[in-house]
Amino acid sequence: MTSYLGGRLVYALFVLWGALTIVFVAVRVIPGDPAQMMIGSEGTRQDVEALRHRLGLDQPLATQYARYLAGAARLDFGASLRLEEPATQAVSERLPATALLAGSAMTLAIAVGLPLGILAAIRIRSAVDYVVSIASLLGQSVPNFWLGIMFILIFARQFRWLPSAGIGGMEHLVLPAVTLALLLIGVLTRLVRSGLLEVVDEDYIRSAYAKGLTRRAVIARHALPNVLIPVVTIVGLQLGNLLAGAVIVETVFAWPGAGRLLVDAISNRDYPVVQVGVLCITAGFILINLLVDLSYAYIDPRIRYR
Amino acid sequence: MTAASMSAPVSMSSVPAAVGRARRRLLWWSAPLVAFALVAVVGPMVVPYDPVTVRLGDRLAPPGTLLPDGPRAWLGTDQVGKDLVAQVLQGARISLIVGVATVLAAGAVGLVAGVAAGYRGGTLDAVLMRLADLQLAFPSILLAILIAAVLGRSVANVIITLSVTRWVTFARIARASSLVTKEREFVTAALATGAGTLRLVRRHIVPFTVTPLVVVATVELGLVILAEASLSFLGLGTTPAHPSWGLIIANGRDYLTTGWWISTIPGLALSVVVVTVGQFGDAVRDYLDPHTGSR
Repeated sequence: MTSYLGGRLVYALFVLWGALTIVFVAVRVIPGDPAQMMIGSEGTRQDVEALRHRLGLDQPLATQYARYLAGAARLDFGASLRLEEPATQAVSERLPATALLAGSAMTLAIAVGLPLGILAAIRIRSAVDYVVSIASLLGQSVPNFWLGIMFILIFARQFRWLPSAGIGGMEHLVLPAVTLALLLIGVLTRLVRSGLLEVVDEDYIRSAYAKGLTRRAVIARHALPNVLIPVVTIVGLQLGNLLAGAVIVETVFAWPGAGRLLVDAISNRDYPVVQVGVLCITAGFILINLLVDLSYAYIDPRIRYR
Repeated sequence: MTAASMSAPVSMSSVPAAVGRARRRLLWWSAPLVAFALVAVVGPMVVPYDPVTVRLGDRLAPPGTLLPDGPRAWLGTDQVGKDLVAQVLQGARISLIVGVATVLAAGAVGLVAGVAAGYRGGTLDAVLMRLADLQLAFPSILLAILIAAVLGRSVANVIITLSVTRWVTFARIARASSLVTKEREFVTAALATGAGTLRLVRRHIVPFTVTPLVVVATVELGLVILAEASLSFLGLGTTPAHPSWGLIIANGRDYLTTGWWISTIPGLALSVVVVTVGQFGDAVRDYLDPHTGSR
């Protein structure tokens, strides 16, 4: 177990280094000098040079890279080029909003997707099954940014039930969280349904019925636990997509989260913020994958890590 | 196999029921897809999109309005009086071009990388697959956002961006089937008769990767069309000279109260196309690969 964790940790560091290096190269290939962009067209050549010096952009690439990695190890990426604060702080201030949004969406998706999937599997080829199938197909095909706009149009503009933008009480959370959750609900429902249908013919299910268990007990104690492994895997993988989806949903609903900050930072050439944002997302993704793999051992006692 | 039974003079009853059903489903779903392709190719010729002319007198006309100078704006006009029909048709063409070009480019790169990795093995395989893992460890839309920001906005750049984010899926599939194929007897036989590596790969390995790659390609097509719309929505895709559906939807966001149709209509078109492509992809998979069919 320890050596397994050690191996995963080394691999995680390798992936983080890869992501950091890709970002380092990418932001320096972007056309447009950030110093020139910050000062604008009125600035003199001397002003631009002074700023380039302050940002370290006049150093050789190798020196920049070494400084960059050393800074990354201390989680210090320097000051944001646009906001009057360190980049790490700018991102970490907005992370809770993103976490709230993604967490609510995930909770909602599990609370709705799991029961719907079970229902569709129990009543296979019934009206419920077809409705669930069509709904989950739509949930996966309809672009979430458009769906968000339609929600604003209907629930914020037409009926004026809910606010369309910003952060605040529960009512601000409803539309973005539902928009973000819909995709995941579709995936989960299909997965639970097909997983359950695959195990219904197994011997242990027949045995469970034969010893007199009710259908509820058979599903809850014998069928569902075997469906959980793919479900946990997909939920874990989808968390990454959820973070990515949050970028778009945050843009639609003007949600002050880290995703929107990252998109703004990319278009403003705010290197330090881009670097912190990418690092956070990659680290989160690695952590989620590790937790998913470790959880297998608890869900399925046959799995052991050495 | 199936191709032979189609051309040979046998009755339909000799075809297994499942194959017949899969074939009918494939035909059924290819019809709307052909219609989409036709609309995308012919539509902009019939109703040309003019990115320059502004008709402020016709601005924000709701769908079906008879414009003062004669024509009827069936889908309404936007905030500068441009007809939405022309924009949606032009957007269909962009979706089709980006979708097909990306799938072809990513498929070609994936095929070469995957077959090379699977057939050669060793260091090349390890390096390529680690690269693939590294890329998969990163949500593809975020990678696309980064690359698109580097390249700047244009149709060609969107295709490049999305190809870079999509090649991995093709490479993995091509690698998996070459790994299986290279162990089969006819490959050994070809080797024994003295076939060179290139000929061996081209004649004996690649043909067996085509079917799984076609299945992946049809599924990916829908994802690529969606990804293009998302990028354009974020302002990282096409330029206003080439109004993609994502761009029109983003444009309509500022006019939700006065012009609901601007965002609504292209989104509907996008959703219908993605659903259709998805169903077509499922049908292709069931038809080409009946063993892994969905229930």
